[in-house]
Amino acid sequence: MSEPLLTVRGVETWYGNIVALKGVDLDVREGEIVTLIGANGAGKSTMMMTICGAPRARSGSIRFAGLEISQMPTHEIARLRIAQSPEGRRIFPRMTVYENLQMGAAIDKFAHFDDDLERMFTLFPRLKDRARQRGGTLSGGEQQMLAIARALMSRPRLLLLDEPSLGLAPIIVRQIFQIIRELNHREGLTVFLVEQNAFHALRLAHRGYVMVNGLITMSGSGEDLLARPEVRAAYLEGGH
Amino acid sequence: MGAKPTDAAPAFFSAEAIGGAFRAALVAAGLAFPILALRAEPDLNNQLVLLNRWPLLLWAAGIVFVGHLAAQIPHVGRILKWALFAGCTLVLVWILAGVANSNLPLRGKIALFTLIAASGFFGLLIAAPCAPGTPFHDFQKRARAFAGKIVGPIGIVALFAFPLVMLWTLGPGGSLKWINNYGVQILIYVMLGWGLNIVVGLAGLLDLGYVAFYAVGAYAYALLSTHFGLSFWLCLPLAGILAAFWGIILGFPVLRLRGDYLAIVTLAFGEIIRLVLINWTDVTNGNAGLSSIPRITFFGLPFTAADNGFAASFGLEFSPIHRNIFLFYLILCLALLTNVATLRLRRLPIGRAWEALREDEIACRSLGINTTSTKLTAFALGAMFGGFAGSFFAVRQGFVNPDSFTFLESATILAVVVLGGMGSQIGVALAAAAMIGGTEILRELDLLKAIFGPDFDPAQYRMLIFGFAMVAMMIWKPRGLVSSREPSIFLKTRKSVSASHVREGHG
Repeated sequence: MSEPLLTVRGVETWYGNIVALKGVDLDVREGEIVTLIGANGAGKSTMMMTICGAPRARSGSIRFAGLEISQMPTHEIARLRIAQSPEGRRIFPRMTVYENLQMGAAIDKFAHFDDDLERMFTLFPRLKDRARQRGGTLSGGEQQMLAIARALMSRPRLLLLDEPSLGLAPIIVRQIFQIIRELNHREGLTVFLVEQNAFHALRLAHRGYVMVNGLITMSGSGEDLLARPEVRAAYLEGGH
Repeated sequence: MGAKPTDAAPAFFSAEAIGGAFRAALVAAGLAFPILALRAEPDLNNQLVLLNRWPLLLWAAGIVFVGHLAAQIPHVGRILKWALFAGCTLVLVWILAGVANSNLPLRGKIALFTLIAASGFFGLLIAAPCAPGTPFHDFQKRARAFAGKIVGPIGIVALFAFPLVMLWTLGPGGSLKWINNYGVQILIYVMLGWGLNIVVGLAGLLDLGYVAFYAVGAYAYALLSTHFGLSFWLCLPLAGILAAFWGIILGFPVLRLRGDYLAIVTLAFGEIIRLVLINWTDVTNGNAGLSSIPRITFFGLPFTAADNGFAASFGLEFSPIHRNIFLFYLILCLALLTNVATLRLRRLPIGRAWEALREDEIACRSLGINTTSTKLTAFALGAMFGGFAGSFFAVRQGFVNPDSFTFLESATILAVVVLGGMGSQIGVALAAAAMIGGTEILRELDLLKAIFGPDFDPAQYRMLIFGFAMVAMMIWKPRGLVSSREPSIFLKTRKSVSASHVREGHG
């Protein structure tokens, strides 16, 4: 099998003198949905941000499409078409939905802007209704959709999603996960998903990794992990 | 708090209200005691003696007492609004009476009278307080929307007509004050405000040292024209490029800073430039400054009484007003250039990147925007327009020295931007007119002299009034005069974002 799209090997990330990632290995292959689950403070979001170069990995290697990216500045990593829907969404609150989506297409110099805009409005009809509204006035679910749509506007080869289910009603979470599944299925979009909501994430993903205290402790296919008693005990008990 | 609105405020003139007012007066007296009641003055032997000024303290406490009590009057807000309205009407009538009594030629009186009366009438009509739901309110709403649409074009036409109308009505002698003290002076600040607006309003980088670029532009013109004999039109772009270069020099070390930290470093930068100008005497001639800077010419024709001068060439009678009118049009064009450039840039990817940068730097980077170059272009472009304004300043004054580029200038320019509503072009222009024009008007308010005695110099109280105006703005219009934000792009129709959705202190 050829080299995975994203290869992370022995990555260590520090915040000052506090270690957040203690040597992480993981792979994301083309056309896969891979999820990283774990408890609060395990280092999931740090892993995702490290892929984007903020913060930089102190040691280890991150290769994307055969290119070493661990020392690149964030905006150049983004230009390799790694798009991110970051934790807390980080949409531009005082710009309109339309302007937000335009910012997403900035890498492309707006080459496919009109087509992609139509596609986003088909995927997320809510956004079409709200196109002229300011981002900050959207509801939480709509903001999450906007963050994902903004990331998709750059036609990413790899989509990084950080906790898209955070603070959303279950029906919206299901909606968003359904859209991710569709995109993966229809267009072969590669997704790296960081989630607390282990049940949904593992059911969606082809493969999953479990992170504890900055280390990967388990990995396997989604169903496989869902069936494991340790995973059930740690992340799934409490009912879904 | 959970208290019902009816018992939130004590009844008017109840014991509670009077007690509250008394306490407020006591606090005021305590605060004012060291400032108002005591004054150290040298006596005849040049020794300091402490004087008491108890009446002043009593006045202050009394005013606070009455004011506190007055605030308890029911519907005080509405009463104040109407009082303000009535006050504006009075001022309007007073100005009209002044025009009627002045020794202007009749045509001047009629022209001014119509202009003031018409603008005052429509201004009051639009601004009059009026309950929502009534037919007049709907009319007002439409009138306001219409005014918002036409204010730009009409303003530009009016500005181009302004010096000629002034010249026609007041003659060369009388119009000088209006064209020079009001027109040119205000437009310089409009231009500076618009330039700084790129950095502060659009890119969200708080710059307290903008005057440094103004100084670089002024000295660039002064030095290039005196040493190398370059013309104004050649120096203008050079001054802009030099200022932009210094903008980038400032930009590099502060790239990582934001907010308060950035503000402090830019403040220091402004001071460094000024201190260099003072101390690098070989080049800048220190505090004495550079004089005999070549004056502006009409594309080669000097504004002199000579045979090859402007007036003689066009068969006009020589008058110094010609140069001032030319300067007026020059700064007007420069300011409009700044405005057009800003409006165009806002629609380009770089302008969008500035606005996005102001909102969320991390999100910007993750979308592939190079925040370093984005910030540097904002600094460089803002500085460039400051440099243009600076070289205009030098050619107008014919003399530059470091005293013109103090921190107070930076603060004034920033105040223009903040008062105008960050990111709003028309708001910045209005704020500049109000602040700079207001200062000029203060010098001439003889009315106040009649009240406070002949020694009263209203211009001395400029900062006090300015401070009051700032406080009032922060209470009633915390987002600036024109606080709604036009989206840079729109789908079908333009729809502005209402003020309540615009965060305080941002565009």
